[in-house]
Amino acid sequence: MEAESRRSWGRNVGIVCGCLLLASCREGVLDPHGPVGQLERVILGDATAIMLAVVIPVIVLTLAFAWWFRAGNKRASYRPEWEYAGRIELIIWAIPALVVLFLGGIAWIGSHDLDPPKPLESAASPLEVEVVSLDWRWLFIYPRQGVATVNYLVVPTGVPVHFRLTSTSVMNSFFIPQLGSQIYTMAGMTTQLNLRADKPGSYSGLSAQFSGPGFSDMRFTLRAESAEGFSTWIAQTRERGGVLDSASFAELVRPTRASGELTYGSVRDDPFETVAAGHLATHWSPKEAL
Amino acid sequence: MSAGEEVLTGVSVVPLSLRGPAPVRVVAGFGFWLFLLSDIIIFAALFAAYAVLSGSTAGGPSAAELFDKRHVFLETLCLLASSVTCGFGTLAVYRSDARALLLWMGMTFLLGVCFLTMEGREFASMVAAGAGPSHSAFLSAFFTLVGTHGLHVSLGLLWLIVMLLQVTTLGFRPMVARRFFCFGLFWHALDIVWIGVFTIVYLGAK
Amino acid sequence: MWGRLSWGAIPFDQPIVMGTCATIGVVLLSLFILITAKRGWPYLWREWITSVDHKRIGVMYMILGLVMLVRGFSDAIMMRTQLALAAGHAQGYLPPEHYDQIFSAHGTIMIFFVAMPFVIGLMNFVLPLQLGVRDVAFPVLNSVSFWLTAAGVLLVNLSLFVGEFARTGWLAYPPLSELAYSPGVGVDYYLWSLQLSGLGTLLSGINLATTILKLRAPGMGYSRMPVFCWTALASNMLIVAAFPVLTATFAMLLLDRYCGFHFFTNDLGGNPMMYVNLIWIWGHPEVYILILPAFGVFSEVVATFSGKPLFGYRSMVLATMVICGLSFMVWLHHFFTMGAGADVNAFFGVMTMIIAVPTGVKVFNWLFTLYAGRVQFTAPIYWTIGFIVTFVIGGMTGVLMAIPPADFVLHNSLFLVAHFHNVAIGGVVFGAMAGYTYWFPKAFGFKLHERLGKAVFWCWFVGFYLAFMPLYALGLMGATRRMQHYPDTHWQPLMLVALAGAVVILLGIGLTAVQLAVSIRQRHANRDRTGDPWNARTLEWSIPSPPPAWNFTHIPSVERIDAYWHMKEEGVARRALAVSFVDLHLPRNTPVGFFVAFFVVILGFALIWRIYWLAAVGLVGAVTVALVQSWRTDREIRVPAEAVAAFERAHAAPVPHDAPGGELNALEAADDRSRVRVASGARS
Repeated sequence: MEAESRRSWGRNVGIVCGCLLLASCREGVLDPHGPVGQLERVILGDATAIMLAVVIPVIVLTLAFAWWFRAGNKRASYRPEWEYAGRIELIIWAIPALVVLFLGGIAWIGSHDLDPPKPLESAASPLEVEVVSLDWRWLFIYPRQGVATVNYLVVPTGVPVHFRLTSTSVMNSFFIPQLGSQIYTMAGMTTQLNLRADKPGSYSGLSAQFSGPGFSDMRFTLRAESAEGFSTWIAQTRERGGVLDSASFAELVRPTRASGELTYGSVRDDPFETVAAGHLATHWSPKEAL
Repeated sequence: MSAGEEVLTGVSVVPLSLRGPAPVRVVAGFGFWLFLLSDIIIFAALFAAYAVLSGSTAGGPSAAELFDKRHVFLETLCLLASSVTCGFGTLAVYRSDARALLLWMGMTFLLGVCFLTMEGREFASMVAAGAGPSHSAFLSAFFTLVGTHGLHVSLGLLWLIVMLLQVTTLGFRPMVARRFFCFGLFWHALDIVWIGVFTIVYLGAK
Repeated sequence: MWGRLSWGAIPFDQPIVMGTCATIGVVLLSLFILITAKRGWPYLWREWITSVDHKRIGVMYMILGLVMLVRGFSDAIMMRTQLALAAGHAQGYLPPEHYDQIFSAHGTIMIFFVAMPFVIGLMNFVLPLQLGVRDVAFPVLNSVSFWLTAAGVLLVNLSLFVGEFARTGWLAYPPLSELAYSPGVGVDYYLWSLQLSGLGTLLSGINLATTILKLRAPGMGYSRMPVFCWTALASNMLIVAAFPVLTATFAMLLLDRYCGFHFFTNDLGGNPMMYVNLIWIWGHPEVYILILPAFGVFSEVVATFSGKPLFGYRSMVLATMVICGLSFMVWLHHFFTMGAGADVNAFFGVMTMIIAVPTGVKVFNWLFTLYAGRVQFTAPIYWTIGFIVTFVIGGMTGVLMAIPPADFVLHNSLFLVAHFHNVAIGGVVFGAMAGYTYWFPKAFGFKLHERLGKAVFWCWFVGFYLAFMPLYALGLMGATRRMQHYPDTHWQPLMLVALAGAVVILLGIGLTAVQLAVSIRQRHANRDRTGDPWNARTLEWSIPSPPPAWNFTHIPSVERIDAYWHMKEEGVARRALAVSFVDLHLPRNTPVGFFVAFFVVILGFALIWRIYWLAAVGLVGAVTVALVQSWRTDREIRVPAEAVAAFERAHAAPVPHDAPGGELNALEAADDRSRVRVASGARS
């Protein structure tokens, strides 16, 4: 009786999980809009499927064995001396080993194919974007176009974007779930990431490494537009003016929470290099650290 | 007599793992070995930190510029000699020879103090020259690694004083003899760590 | 004079905190009054606080863990409630300055002050009994270890009333945990309470490893040791090897914070990445320290309640030691996204998967223990089956994230949070509860209420799935961990389901307390009169429940594995009215552990607030206590042969459950406390 209810519970739980999984298919990691995210979703799916092929039978067998060999079941055999069988041991070691061999291959190949600094294969030359994680905002600098934005960035669809990232203070992690991989940002050093948005739209981004009181507000948006749309936006941004130089950058560095988007029509004094080379020392006062 | 004991007649061929609970002396020694191993792992972590940070001089002085190898050689001699005297002192414990014990352990203490004095002077001169531990990551790692070893030496010397007081007040009972044995292990282990220190830190200075 | 301490350190302006303080104060005061009224202090001091008996110390660890489970779980309920409320533009009721402390405290408490005490408590209680010896290798050190852990607990809880806790997460990564970005005392509370209790844990590891390797009954070679002893050996070897790394790493961070060093600062050459590496070199073995003894518990439980030996003993031992060794070679999988490069990431990913092989082997061996057995559905078996089902799911999601590109999109998400709670609750908590239920009769002489035990299981099982399956989905939807609020309002229903799950688990925790109360009231009906209530296989069941202070009147001689089972089969299990008794010598109780911890609390508190003269007082006090103890020469008590004989006679012929009379009735009529003293042989 108890095992019966346990099995039906197991089934119900499985159904709930299935629903949850389906619910998560419409956004985030399972709905990628770029090649990096797509490859990663394939890996997720394949690996899960391979493992479920072992996990589900194990769960079923656990419940089945426990139920069938319950003490009250006189029909079940009882072999109180049976504690070793060489063939079974061989299978017991072989099954996980084979699964791991397979997944290990996926891991090795996948790690190399999807290594964040590895450039994406594309006919178009990549767009260079420099990313600086601030407290608690994101600064994006377009070194070749000479503009900069805060808490949003615009990229052309179908063009690979090569990110170089750093931080002014604590560790953060640059993450756009629908485009794929995240990468840490760290002070005094540069990390790299390559992503591409293949469909136009608005993609939400966040920091995935806890960085202090304003962490939850470190959200940004990536807007993917057509090539013309992107050029238009660049031109408009330059016209709007606003200068990102040492003075305005010093303002940005001060701890601020939940601020909106900002735009700079020109960039001077190479703020990214200043930060990435570790020439900037920041700290928070006790009030700011709360 | 239980069945297990009946086997222990005449020439014992019972493997060590089957002989039952080990005597106190063995248990204490083994436990102390495990403690020493854990201590060595602390040093391993500090060595790792030093290896990672040895080049991070932040524009300040580097290892090669700071270290006087002759000075280190003298320190090493002191410490190695103190291990020798400690060894003789341990033998005196086994003989329950109080005079020899005091003599050899006294020399061990003095040699240890010499070592610490020289190391203290090295540290002080570095700090005076503006190369204190808060000036760069390399210096932090150096002072911590070498300083932790020095701290262990200091604690060892304090322990030695306590042990000498104990042998004076309690005599050469098994409990005291066990502790001298453990002290010996500790002191020799510090020697081994020092060999690591002067090889990696001083001889390896670039 | 008082360092950074001032009246402003007490959070008078925070109603939730002050309310909690008031409640805890009332509870403690009531407890104090109750004990005083019952004249319980001499008993507590003599029998428990100064005890060096591994059985008593094991019970105290479990009590400590259960009490801290309440604190850690309160943090969890607060976090779940906050997330259930703070969707869209709503900010919830916990601003970041509090929320960030709460999730940091939750993780710290659950790992260090709930899971570790549970695991160390079980190992402490069970190991000497399974090994057939009288106590652990270093009983006084055992007491010191426990009280140092209690000191850490006290310091962590003090941070609630005086000052603040860390706001960095449970591992306190720099640069966030450096003085530049955490200028308050929170990180100092974190570092000192863990540094001091970590010393206790390390000493425990040395103690128990020495016990297993050097103190076993005659004839108990390594291949005749119960599997729980093997998993405990692996766990304790990991403690000895890993905790020093934690000590060194925290020492470096403390030097940065206190003396202006630059190990992990952003300036002057510091390297925060090195901290991440070092802390996880400790952190990954730590999770195996927790799970291996749980695996051992399940091995014992499944064998006992299937009426069969554990399937594949040698395989299990090999798998355990392989896990032990490999656990030091996988640490980088905790930060694939820090950018170490494809080769390094791939290596650690593959190593992580390899460690899943012996784990899978263990699961299969448990399955085949059930196969062709006669499975009794007791509460411990419920926990075991619940564990197998739940743990394989958690293991699967772990292996999934061991593939670096998969981790690139799941790192630090709620998917990760769901994974580690999956294995921690499904593995460690379920194992602790199974062990608690299984060995409770041995410790106290009566069984726990069976039906309530099953109700507790169902609450934890259902509650876990309700609380964490939504988190897997949310992680895939892009939700990250440690969020205080989130903009996507359609995530809120899932957060509400998670809150419901937490409430169900809360019910389970409440029922645990109810079960204990009911079991104590019904103890005469559930009395374990034979010492072997489960018809089990290992040596701890061959002695009365609760055991005498000396455990075994005659140290058993072991000839094969599952020694007690074979003793029963050959009819030599009945404790014969023995031929002769000798005087037994036991280690004398001592207050050194308690007093060392007392001074260590002063030391820790003073260091946190930078009151250096007070810290010196604490240090000198602790050292003085240790020195005084080291001079003691009267370290043993003698239990006279007559007392041993009297105990044996009283327990020689166990009374069947339904017998009307019997020699034990006279004892039961007497005061329970004095009976405990006769049975346990007071050691003071």
